[in-house]
Formats: sequence, structure tokens, C-alpha cells
Amino acid sequence: MTDTTRFIPDRLQSPLERRLKSWETLLLAVAVSIFIVNSFTSPYFLNAWNLSDMTFNFTEKAMIAFAMALLIIAGEIDLSVASIIALASTAMGAAVQIGIGTPGLVLIGLGVGLICGAFNGFLVTKLGLPSIVVTIGTMSLFRGISYIILGDQAYRGYPSDFSFFGQGYVFWVISFEFVLFAIIALIYFVILHNTNFGRAVYAIGNNPVGAEFSGIRVARVKFILFLLTGLMSGVAAVCLTSRLASTRPSIAFGWELEIVTMVVLGGVNILGGSGTIPGVVIAAFVMGLVTFGLGLLNVPGIVMSIVIGLLLIGVIALPRLWEKWKS
Amino acid sequence: MSITRRLFGGSAIATAMLAGNAAYAQDDMRIALVVKALGIGFFEAAAEGAEEAAAELGNVEIIYTGPTDTTAEGQIEVINSLIAQGVDAIAISANDPDAVSPALQRAMQRGITVVSWDSGVNEEGRMMHLNPSSTPLIGNTIIKLAADHMPDGGQVAILSASATATNQNAWIEAAEEVLPNYPGIELVATVYGDDLSDKSYREAQGLMASYPDLKAIIAPTTVGILASCQAVSDADKIGEINVTGLGLPSEMAGCVVSGATESFAIWNPIDLGYSATMIAHALATGAATAEPGAEIPTGRMGSVTLDDTNTAAMSDPFTYDASNIDQFKDIF
Repeated sequence: MTDTTRFIPDRLQSPLERRLKSWETLLLAVAVSIFIVNSFTSPYFLNAWNLSDMTFNFTEKAMIAFAMALLIIAGEIDLSVASIIALASTAMGAAVQIGIGTPGLVLIGLGVGLICGAFNGFLVTKLGLPSIVVTIGTMSLFRGISYIILGDQAYRGYPSDFSFFGQGYVFWVISFEFVLFAIIALIYFVILHNTNFGRAVYAIGNNPVGAEFSGIRVARVKFILFLLTGLMSGVAAVCLTSRLASTRPSIAFGWELEIVTMVVLGGVNILGGSGTIPGVVIAAFVMGLVTFGLGLLNVPGIVMSIVIGLLLIGVIALPRLWEKWKS
Repeated sequence: MSITRRLFGGSAIATAMLAGNAAYAQDDMRIALVVKALGIGFFEAAAEGAEEAAAELGNVEIIYTGPTDTTAEGQIEVINSLIAQGVDAIAISANDPDAVSPALQRAMQRGITVVSWDSGVNEEGRMMHLNPSSTPLIGNTIIKLAADHMPDGGQVAILSASATATNQNAWIEAAEEVLPNYPGIELVATVYGDDLSDKSYREAQGLMASYPDLKAIIAPTTVGILASCQAVSDADKIGEINVTGLGLPSEMAGCVVSGATESFAIWNPIDLGYSATMIAHALATGAATAEPGAEIPTGRMGSVTLDDTNTAAMSDPFTYDASNIDQFKDIF
């Protein structure tokens, strides 16, 4: 008999090693390098007020992106979010005309968001329609209602204290929107990573039938996710309307794709089943840093879109290529 | 220039962190021309005018910028990055008079001169607004365009957009007021084509049938002038009836070549970009102040005078004819 010893590791990777090789670490490295590059290419980048202004490029979109991340992890999608903003903003604008004050306006904005989310959720979970089809439909529907109400007109005359949500500062350069963004990020982090509800979201995304048989009420979880996405669109509508101090039916046009881009860049699997909130937070910063950095160099918007597109493809393709090259 | 600034920028990050933008006092005055969206011929031409003004003024750098599509949110991101760069002046053609206003107010709070041109911003969001022209100037121009080619006088008719179109009605009213200044010119009818090609075409045919001695059709609308030109060509009345009014050079080139239109007018985007830059420069250097009644010099365009709402009109609409149509037909 020959004496053979074999090394059997206790575990495949140490927690530290796993964390170092994670998507979030890669994305964080990208964010830091963009930050450094920006500091060198533009003398105006490293300035507290300018960095504060930069956050407005992504805070509202990121608020929706968190809810969208949960929805995509569960295997669904909502493309009507930007149109919900338009409808909620139009409702708030109409309310201003009949003299409703700031607290009422906020409630109306959030309420319209919830109703729109419930409508999407009803069509998807009760009637069993595919969410991509439903929300492409409601994308036209919600914004269409705004166009019918407003046409080429605008609502203005928002009360002056309403401007705090989109233009106010909590402390020095820290804007109210940024604080709200941080709080919402924290809430979604807890929901997704520390609750039974969060585990159910992952389970549904990985195997909806299996989840159903394990006693998860799949339809109810999905309905709640659509409600949350609608609510977040309402929150974003309050912030954006306050920042613009006016409403036109074209408000937030095209945001749905930027929000989905943010979610996918954050490492959420577009087919569902995996993804994290910290990933989406870093992705929001990456997109904000890239657009603001290029803006400081007066790079035309179309080039910015190309850079974002290449970044998305690059960040997603590189790890795959790396795996292939290693094996 | 850009290389030295980049080197300077790289080595002086620490200074920048301490002193912010103050460390980067520029020799050049930087004027940003913000347009509704990049890649539109009209605005490219305006940028050309801005560069012309910059060359004439000297020590002026033009930053020609705008969003990819015509959204207010996109323009706000552009404005934020211009505020961050500490430009001296912003001259904007706004996608939304209200939505960009808070961002522009912030720009003014940080000492940036803000003027709007072409498409205005509400009064709180800018120091002054430059209109390409004004109602009396347009009213006079459309009559003059017809009268110039009618030395013996005669009958003219107006083909407008809809009967409720605010702009057109104001221009026609202004035209009627100056009519006594053009003896021999008789306005026989005003008809409405509702800015629809087929309806305008039929209305033009109707005018030719009702008034056999008609010498000119004046259409102060881009749809109407094109349809009238078509109707006159189809009726084989080129040379008898002159079609004039307000049109786009790209659409009207064929009519001018065929002779159905001797001349027509519309604002000139090059002059508009030029004047906006001149005004922004004058306000930013303190050579002029934006207040009601102020007169601001605009280089080769003369000067403009501000009204009660700090709005000014640049000039008569620019006249296009066979001599310059080729130059402008590719622009807009």
C-alpha cells in the first residue's frame, strides 16, 4: 500500500477572497478609477459643491433603481416607471391649480405612484400577463394621459416650501435628495438581504414553480414588488417636480432605460435570481461620475451614451472573458 | 492651450481642493452657447455665428453644448456642469421656459451671466431674452417683400395658418397697420389654410380663381408658403403671381429656383447666435446692464433695446432670394 495524502480544503474560498473577487469590488474599482481620472482631466471636479451637484444626475433614478432591482431579481420588469413619474407629476400640478398645499401634493404624488404600481401588478399577477408587455403598454398609457391633460401646456406655481424636496440642503452641501437616496438604499438593503421577503424574492427569481411549492405566495410577493416600484416612481416624481418647479408631459422622458442600465450595471442578473443593493448603489455612482466627468469636459451627450454603453458591455463581458482565459 | 491647462490641472489638484475654482482664473472669457439639442442645422448655424462674434471680440472661448435630445432634464445636467466649470456666461435656447429656470437662477447666484435667445426662459431665470424679431418688424417685412416686386402696385392676398393662430394673427394685424405706407398695394383677402398642405393648396387655388388680377400671395407660415408656391406652379402662373412670406430655406429652395418665389424671409440663425454672444459678452464684462430701456450694442447687427420684461428683438427677418438660397438651404 502506498501512502497517499491529499489536501482537502475546509472551504473553497476564504470569505475575504470571495469578497475581493465579487462584482461589487470590481465595480468599486471602476468607480474609484473614474473618480481619479476625473480629478486629473478637469480642474473643476474636486470641489464640494460641484460633487454635490453631480449627485442630482443620479439620485432620483437610483431611488427607482432599487425597487427595480428587486423586481428584476424576481424575474419581472417595469418599463412604465418614467411614465408613472409623468402622471404623478401631472396629478400634483393639477392639485396645485386648485390650491392644495405641500403635504397634500406629496401624498398625491406617492398615491398616484402606488395606484399605477397596483395597476401593473394586477395585470401581471391576477391576469397572468408578461410584465414586459404589460408595462410597455402602461408606459404609453400613463404618459398618454399626461399628454391629454396638458398638451403643450405646463403646470407651474408650486408652493415655495415644495421646492425643498428637489432643491433643499440638509447640511452644507448634503442635499435632501442625497439623504433620501441613502435612507432608501439602506431600507432596500435590509429588505433584500435581511428579511424573509428578500429571500422569497431570490427564490422566485431562481425558480418560481419551486418557490410556489415551498409555500411562498409568489403572486403576492410580485404584486408588492410592483407596488414598491410604483411608490418609488412617486417619490422620484416628487423630487424631480420640485427640482424643475414645473410639470410638462415630457418630464423624465427615456428614464426607464437609464434605470434598467443602472440595475444591470450593478450586477443584477437581467434574467432574475441574483444581484445586490450595494452593487446598484455603486453603479449609480459610476453612472453619475461618468456623465458628470464627461460633462465637465463638454463632451457631447451622444458620446456620453456611447461611453455608458461601452462601460456596460465591458463590465459585463470582462469577468466572462477572464473566466474563459483562465480555463 | 488645452494641454497647458491639463498639465496645470494635474499638478495643482491640491491647490484646487483648497481654493476651489478661484485658482483657475482664466484669461479668456468663456461663453457657453446651450442649445435645445446637438445635431440640429439651425443651432449649428447659430454656433457658427457665436464663433464669428468670439473672433471679433477676441479672448473669448465659445463652449457649444446641449443635450442629445430636446429634454429639460438633459439641459439641466448641461447647466450644472457649466456652473461647475465656472463659465462667465450662459446663452441658452431653452427646451422648457420653467423647468430650466431653477438651475439658471443658481447659475446667476454664482455670478454667471445668463441670457436666453430664440426660445426663452421665464423672467426669473434669465437677465434678458433675445427674440429673433418682433411682431411689428415681421408685419412690415411680409408686406415689403411683396411690394418690392410690384413697382406698379396691385392686389395681394394673405394665406395664413388657422384663424385662431396667435402669432399669425398678430403679424397680419401689424401688416395691415403699415399698409398705408405702401401706396398702390391693395389687400383683397385673408384666407386660412390651417397649416395643412392640402387645405392651403386649395385656398391658394381659390384665391387665384376669385382674383384674376392677383399679383402676390403672402403666406406668413412655412406650410402655407410652400403650398401656395406649389399651387402657383401647377396653375402655370409663375411670373404673374409672386409667392412670398415666411418659409424655411431648405423647403423653399425649389420655389426660388423655379421663380414662383422672388424672395421670402425668416430669422437668420447665424445672426442670432452672433447677437446672443455679443449681448452675453457685454453683460458679463459689465459694459452693459440688463434693465428695462437699456440699449446693448450687438456688433455688426447694430444694437437692441430692452422692453419692460427685459426682452429685445434682434432685427427684421432676414431676406432669402436667388443670391443666397444655396448657402442656407443645407443649414435649416
